[in-house]
Amino acid sequence: MPIRFAGKPGLVAYLTAGDPDLPTTREIAIAAIDAGADVIELGVPFSDPLADGPVIQRASERAVKGGTKLSDVLSLAALLRAERPQAGLVIFSYYNPILRYGLERFCSAAQQAGVDGVLVTDMIVEEADEYLEMLRRYELAPIFLAAPTSPDERLKQIAAVSGGFVYAISRVGITGTQSALASDASQLVERLRRYTDLPIAVGFGVSNADHFAAVGEFADAAVIGSAIVAIIERSEPQEAPSSIARFIKGLRQPALQAR
Amino acid sequence: MATMTESPEKAAVGRFGAYGGRYVPETLMAALEELEAAYAKAQADPEFQAQVDALLRDYVGRPTPLYHAKRLSESLGGAKIYLKREDLLHTGAHKINNCIGQGLLAQRMGKRRIIAETGAGQHGVATATVCALLGMECVVYMGEEDMRRQELNVLRMRLLGAEVRGVSSGSKTLKDAINEAMRDWVTNVRTTHYLLGSVLGAHPYPIMVRDFQRVISREARKQILDQEGRLPNAIVACVGGGSNAIGAFYEFIPDANVRLIGVEAGGRGMGLGEHAARFQGGVPGVLQGTYSYVLQDEDGQICLTHSVSAGLDYASVGPEHAALHDSGRAEYVSATDKSALDATVTLARTEGILPALESAHAIAEAIRIAPTMDRHDILVVNLSGRGDKDMGILSRELNLKGA
Repeated sequence: MPIRFAGKPGLVAYLTAGDPDLPTTREIAIAAIDAGADVIELGVPFSDPLADGPVIQRASERAVKGGTKLSDVLSLAALLRAERPQAGLVIFSYYNPILRYGLERFCSAAQQAGVDGVLVTDMIVEEADEYLEMLRRYELAPIFLAAPTSPDERLKQIAAVSGGFVYAISRVGITGTQSALASDASQLVERLRRYTDLPIAVGFGVSNADHFAAVGEFADAAVIGSAIVAIIERSEPQEAPSSIARFIKGLRQPALQAR
Repeated sequence: MATMTESPEKAAVGRFGAYGGRYVPETLMAALEELEAAYAKAQADPEFQAQVDALLRDYVGRPTPLYHAKRLSESLGGAKIYLKREDLLHTGAHKINNCIGQGLLAQRMGKRRIIAETGAGQHGVATATVCALLGMECVVYMGEEDMRRQELNVLRMRLLGAEVRGVSSGSKTLKDAINEAMRDWVTNVRTTHYLLGSVLGAHPYPIMVRDFQRVISREARKQILDQEGRLPNAIVACVGGGSNAIGAFYEFIPDANVRLIGVEAGGRGMGLGEHAARFQGGVPGVLQGTYSYVLQDEDGQICLTHSVSAGLDYASVGPEHAALHDSGRAEYVSATDKSALDATVTLARTEGILPALESAHAIAEAIRIAPTMDRHDILVVNLSGRGDKDMGILSRELNLKGA
């Protein structure tokens, strides 16, 4: 199923699968979709998340410790697909867990689970020949990162091979919240627009209603990760789904946002 | 569905057989391409080469001797053992060869801030030294476990003006320090050069660091021909990331009769988590930018490692070693913590040389195989560093009495 952004802007919600545990991640994902998330990114926990800031590092560590495996994340995706057929589902991973599972085996299982797209943090276009071939064979959208430091030539290559949406990194750096949205973001989206008609989602540091509205001015969607993971971290597991629902509704209606 | 506009020939860039490549967040790609271009330009520039050579000679102390360890050889009753004395270099290990090269390169690139990771602290000390020499800002990431066991080097770095940032994630060792250095680099990529200390990471690091370490085998090959009139039967070097080993092997790779023997950390035993012998317990995977052998579990999570030597305590290995392993051109064995400690004592007492615990793994292998070789055979061991930094560990492990 194609990834669609119904909201304006659309919302991509990142969750580290298995934090605090898989049943809770499922409930949080359902709550997020029902509160208005267009796409759920299911993060595969990894022992060495070198592109992530402290919040997602800690979540990843908890999930790895809890024994969450790639196969568990795929099973979770299948459950979500059955319960919420319209939501976009993206697997977000570092490459090594996928390599160890087997690239083709992973793609086949992801397709069967009803996954729409795959984003591998440490996969760049130059290394992606076989990866792209497999994703296409199993009709999975290859989602790539585009960075403020990427020159136009690279943006062109990224746009040419991307599917689903293009993930524009709002600023140089690792994942995590920030107080103001860097001007890097709008410039990057403007440069990317020249090369693609795909939706462009802006992520890294988007953490509140102000940022969300600001992203809506120049991009199709916002990705919210660390802010959501931080709420899960400080909530009791049974409270987490409702906290996340309230946070997401608050993005579009700031008065509702719990502060 | 989108199609590839170009099938980039770049796909083969930085590959050693199947290994190597670039697996990094997109944010770093522009910096890696900039580095690659600047390095290619510097390499072709005789002035840069002359600058490197002059500092290696006058500041670092090259060439290092190739020393015939007579008493060690005689006590073992087999091959003639020669030691390539990288331990005599300024700062005490081969690491400075690479730091001089990359430091000068960063200067040419106009980057004023240097970051580095360090395990045993030798690379950190060498980086701090070169930054002091060139007047650059220096931040070194070091696992807290390594800071504890290599405290002397932490103090040296701080004295040299570097900021040492402790890393408390994961196993608090080299791997975690690299993660943190990469996070810093992603964040400060526009102003900062990441002075990676081994033949690891994304292209062009494995090639560039190897090129800066090739001087070891370039000298050793000439020296052994001068001293013995023939090539050695084998070269032995310890392998953490693998920079001293690739430096010691490289010029001998075309000499098919010279055995190349890399020694990994066998730690306390062969259970996962107890050692850092990637070629015995690892499978190919991607860690920290490169595709190589990686100690990992069935889910692709990176395993903890153990070695008495912080410099060998790493879950992956340089991709060029992976290719040399698969092609059979080099052999990889392991030495346990205990045999490295025993080798330290043996070398100290037969030759009056205190090796770094890393290098002691290579000595241990030499001690194992020399007696099986002929008296006319020649064994060259790369003595990559000196052991002063390990006195704390040695005094504990060997029950040495102080005042």
